[in-house]
Amino acid sequence: MDIDPATSIARFENVGLRYGLGPEVLQDVTFELKPGSYHFLVGPSGAGKSSLLKLTYLAHRPSRGLMHLFGRDIATTPRENLPALRRSIGVVFQEYRLLQHLSTFDNVALPLRVAGMREPDIKHHVEELLVWVGLQDHMNARPPTLSGGQKQRASIARAVIARPSLLMADEPTGNVDERMGYRLMHLFEELNKLGTTVVVATHNEAMVRELGHPVMRIENGTLNVTPGTKAQNGRAL
Amino acid sequence: MMFSRRTDLPLDKDPLSHFLPWLIAFMVYLAALAQAGLISLDVLAQRWDTGMAAQLTVQIPSDPDASEAANVRRLQKALNMISNTPGVVHTAVVSEAKVLQLLSPWLGVVQAADVPLPRLIDVETDPDMQLDVRILQQKLSSTIPGTQVDDHGVWLARLIEMVRTLEVLAAGVLALILSAAMGTVVFTTRTGLTVHHEAIEVLHLTGAQDSYIAKQFAGRAWAMGFKGGIIGLSLALPTLLVLSYVADGLQAGMLPDMSLPLAGWLSLAVLPLAAGLAAGFTARFTVMRNLRRMI
Repeated sequence: MDIDPATSIARFENVGLRYGLGPEVLQDVTFELKPGSYHFLVGPSGAGKSSLLKLTYLAHRPSRGLMHLFGRDIATTPRENLPALRRSIGVVFQEYRLLQHLSTFDNVALPLRVAGMREPDIKHHVEELLVWVGLQDHMNARPPTLSGGQKQRASIARAVIARPSLLMADEPTGNVDERMGYRLMHLFEELNKLGTTVVVATHNEAMVRELGHPVMRIENGTLNVTPGTKAQNGRAL
Repeated sequence: MMFSRRTDLPLDKDPLSHFLPWLIAFMVYLAALAQAGLISLDVLAQRWDTGMAAQLTVQIPSDPDASEAANVRRLQKALNMISNTPGVVHTAVVSEAKVLQLLSPWLGVVQAADVPLPRLIDVETDPDMQLDVRILQQKLSSTIPGTQVDDHGVWLARLIEMVRTLEVLAAGVLALILSAAMGTVVFTTRTGLTVHHEAIEVLHLTGAQDSYIAKQFAGRAWAMGFKGGIIGLSLALPTLLVLSYVADGLQAGMLPDMSLPLAGWLSLAVLPLAAGLAAGFTARFTVMRNLRRMI
């Protein structure tokens, strides 16, 4: 999806989310993601980080408020138009969510296959990316035989294979050692330099301070955004 | 393409999907028998309708006070009158021995001299010419009092009515089998949707349309339906051949030929294809309908 630089990748205004008839887990969330920006999403466990990510990668619709993705009002976007929006979003799930019966190659190829790309093109793109993330020797391996770091890299490869405009990662360093955590963060920075808007949810405050990107801090379902110390391609409200 | 051969979901690992071909095989077996019965009955009704409708039986009462020579003259007179009637193509006098044989279930073993036997004449008419039975009856009665012309209309109508009722029943059985097969596919597909909920959500979040997921379920159901259809038909054919052999032995000249026409065998041959298509479309419809509830 081509993004107009003047258009926000995501714009939330007073967004609230509740599951069923339960209490609101997100209240009056307001922020904007500019194209090419890089944000950390931090907060204690259960504060609503994952819920905010789920809203943004269209696993849920908001209970109230205004939510725009790529300039589209999500409340009025018909359900059949959501897949096209989702193809512009790459997601690195907290527990990887790789399909256990598929090989690394097929897991990474998934976004291209659902987009209807031809198999020879898929083979070319996937093999190239698996070399980039260092999984060229594990193309035919199934997730249960991969280490935590390898699964994480496969998950990242799946998230970026279709060159999404927005990349969201939920605790990507949670299951890997510190060295691998830094490697992953630098991988996201490289993608960000290529123009991808990045949001990374993490508990690692030291890494957040060190990398200096703007921080979206969520507590008790309420969001506050603080600017970063590093120059940004975009900026947060 | 409505069905997809490749699948991102491990549908072939579902425990229920192993049973589906056998359930469909059983239903196709029953469907083949019901369909063969339906076609045979239809053929039977048509043959009775066209074949037996061109047959008449004329009954000439015997006069116990007249001499045998006089009775023979009456018979000959009737034969001449019938043969000269436009539309009559053939006449045959039923022998006394045959009449006694036909009456033996009611009278037991009797001799022709013991009872005043009527004489019967089988008349074959041209189906393309409308022979007026009432005029023939009047003509014969005025010359030979007591003569009766029977066009089998009453009992033929009842027989055909009974056959048509059996046909409706066979069609009903077919419809029930189809409903049960579709219900089984719906149940298996819904179970598959529940079992693979996680993977389906991942597919959705990577941008898959509902139709992309539905194609995979439909492709799997089509393959299982077709496989079940082949098994069911393979089991039904020997059964039908045995039934056909037994029916041939039972016909005893009274019933018309009830064997399946070529079109009937062809309609049975497409059953596996029909089973596969019905399973595929049912699975696709079920998936599309259920996924609509997800975001």
